[in-house]
Amino acid sequence: MAYVAIADRDHEEYHDHAPQSFIWKYIWSQDHKVIAIQYSITAIAIGLVALGLSLIMRLQLGFPDTFSFISPGEYYQAITMHGMIMVIYLLTALLLGGFGNYLIPLMVGARDMVFPFMNMLSYWVYLLSVIVLCSSFFITGGPTGGGWTLYPPQVILPGTPGVDGGIVLMLLSLVLFIVAFTMGGLNYVTTVLQARCRGMTLMRMPLSVWGIFVATILGLLAFPALLVTGIMLLLDSVLGTSFFMPALLSMGEVSDHAGGSPILFQHLFWFFGHPEVYIVALPAFGMISDLVAVHARKNIFGYRMMVWAILAIGVISFIVWAHHMYVSGMNPYFGFFFATTTLIIAIPTALKVYNWVLTLWRGNIHMTVPMLFVIGFIFTFINGGITGLFLGNMAVDMPLSDTYFVVGHFHMVMGVSPILVIFGAIYHWYPKITGRMLNDKLGRFHFWATLFGTYAIYLPMHYLGILGLPRRYYAMGDTSFIPDSVQAMNAGISIAAFFVAAVQMIFLFNLWWSRKHGKLAGGNPWNATTLEWQTPQTPPVHGNWGPELPVVYRWAYDYSVPGAAEDYIPQTMASEDVPRSDPSYHGEEGEHT
Amino acid sequence: MKFLDKITAKPWEHAGEMEGVHGEFVVTRSAGQMGLWLFLAVVSSLFLLFIVSYYTRSQFPDWEKIADPGILWVNTALLIFASVALQIASNAARRDAAGTMRNALVAGGLLTMAFVAGQLMAWEQLMSAGFYAQDNPATAFFYLVTGLHALHLLGGLWFMAILGVRLNRQNQRVKALQSVALCATYWHYLLLVWLILFTLLLRT
Repeated sequence: MAYVAIADRDHEEYHDHAPQSFIWKYIWSQDHKVIAIQYSITAIAIGLVALGLSLIMRLQLGFPDTFSFISPGEYYQAITMHGMIMVIYLLTALLLGGFGNYLIPLMVGARDMVFPFMNMLSYWVYLLSVIVLCSSFFITGGPTGGGWTLYPPQVILPGTPGVDGGIVLMLLSLVLFIVAFTMGGLNYVTTVLQARCRGMTLMRMPLSVWGIFVATILGLLAFPALLVTGIMLLLDSVLGTSFFMPALLSMGEVSDHAGGSPILFQHLFWFFGHPEVYIVALPAFGMISDLVAVHARKNIFGYRMMVWAILAIGVISFIVWAHHMYVSGMNPYFGFFFATTTLIIAIPTALKVYNWVLTLWRGNIHMTVPMLFVIGFIFTFINGGITGLFLGNMAVDMPLSDTYFVVGHFHMVMGVSPILVIFGAIYHWYPKITGRMLNDKLGRFHFWATLFGTYAIYLPMHYLGILGLPRRYYAMGDTSFIPDSVQAMNAGISIAAFFVAAVQMIFLFNLWWSRKHGKLAGGNPWNATTLEWQTPQTPPVHGNWGPELPVVYRWAYDYSVPGAAEDYIPQTMASEDVPRSDPSYHGEEGEHT
Repeated sequence: MKFLDKITAKPWEHAGEMEGVHGEFVVTRSAGQMGLWLFLAVVSSLFLLFIVSYYTRSQFPDWEKIADPGILWVNTALLIFASVALQIASNAARRDAAGTMRNALVAGGLLTMAFVAGQLMAWEQLMSAGFYAQDNPATAFFYLVTGLHALHLLGGLWFMAILGVRLNRQNQRVKALQSVALCATYWHYLLLVWLILFTLLLRT
């Protein structure tokens, strides 16, 4: 069936017929659902490359002097590419390009994104950026090894791996990614603002949409900072300008550069880099809120506070960036300001954590696989968040900044936490995407193995950091303050890492196998209220809603409403249609709050 | 404030359809307009960060002020005329005065191309005077910001060309007419950016 492809009512006269041929339906598709899947598969594929790179690092760290094929240069290349791919090409692309694309139109009751052609272009430019990035593995000198933050001057000086071309390809790839993100981002924001169905007020939107919406705005305003740094660094590298490059001696010779400011680079980079943390975190916060409400059969605690917290985090995230630069040297008052804002941003974040926990409290908790991931996420996020409070203070950060404590912190808060949300979200929405459930037993094993495995990796790193073990080092050599037990612990961490990586293969197998052989899901297997579960077909067809757009009568969290026969009331159900368990009850459904 | 009212609503209290909720924004703006304004916010962020970097870098001791080519004044006038032409086209599109609109669009396009050509001449003059990007950050920034600004104009010309094709197709004409106003907005915006950049280039 073909329905109107564009939600904007001005265009309803165009009855865009759904494409029939394979190429137009699945390859050059303008359907948000297909684009979402394209984005997700590409992001997961490149994420597996980054996972492989982390294993190379762990081989070297766990068993130094054992693997001759890992040179120091290759180790740095692995570090750099692992970091950049995970942060940008996996997390940002999967959360916004994947989940954003799939969920926004379905959750706000639109037929598609408002600019479907631009949406398609967004994916193809993203794919191009991934290809350009990967091509740097195959050129002379290989990819850049300057660290994912790409700090000048060292990143473009001889001696750093990839200075011949790797860094150029990396920067080009980032520029392409930003172009792709901007095209996608304009779509997400405009769709949320313009294409909501009748009755869907801003405050009736599920928190997933709020999180993705605000994260996209952050991205639209923050990625230009990366573009600016990327362009200027590219010119410094290729043309020999001196935007960031100071005068220096390189390999015994005076370089051609003079007068540039590496600190300027750091400010610009982190002006992008810190909001980027929340570009990844806010969609995860949003989705976890929806998952916790559905699987605890309870309305989210403090919906308005959750929305305001998302908005507050969005605003404050632009004034905390210099806490990444305490060790670069700065005016103490400047540092004091950024330490203060960093502690302030913990308030709305903590508020969200309390609200998730309070949603669980006295809820009818269903220990489904998504719920397991929700609980795992809340634990992990508290863990990573609290070490963040340590590092946000200048005096504590100074000794810890260049140690494994930081590696442990950011992997807990920005690696494991969003990945647990992504897993939970995939288990939750997979039935809508494919019409079949993921295998439950494999899912439970995947959860427990991943949770304990990642803790076995990252918790010990905090201890290593407090011992003073420096990060980024290829090998420790003979260092007097590092006891031998550190080496044993590093080997243990490596073994845990191989185990966790292997477990993810089971997850991938589950994804592949269940799409044909999983249990049939039906339209609404979790008995959820939000619009994406109310589509006439599962998986939803082109145009999503059939001939009539849905009409929304209530907010997204009417679970376990007293007096109602079912423990959920879909957003599309009018008050007079709600089946009553108690005929004498005449109150409004919402009054129990 | 309207937005504040919206986000302080208590959504759990009033179940039931809210009349007039759909299209609370659609009434005032089209999706294209909203998209353009968002895009301009992104571009503003980009140029703002360039301006901040420019200013910061200009405070370093090795900054040498360059003599800005006089042709920039001519180019500025060209861009102002282009912006005026597009405003005329936009007004004509609203009245559906096809002839005026076409002439104004063509004039706007030609003036813009003349501006870009003029910027290239400015580059040429600088280079023949011996100012190269490697020599001094002031020169490097000059090429960088003028180049990026011109790129944005070229992107605008590309969209204007598509618009021209659509205006000639009967079934796309109605929508294309609405897009003329978007073109005008974009040109005004880039004129504003140029005036700010030009002031900065003259002063440092």
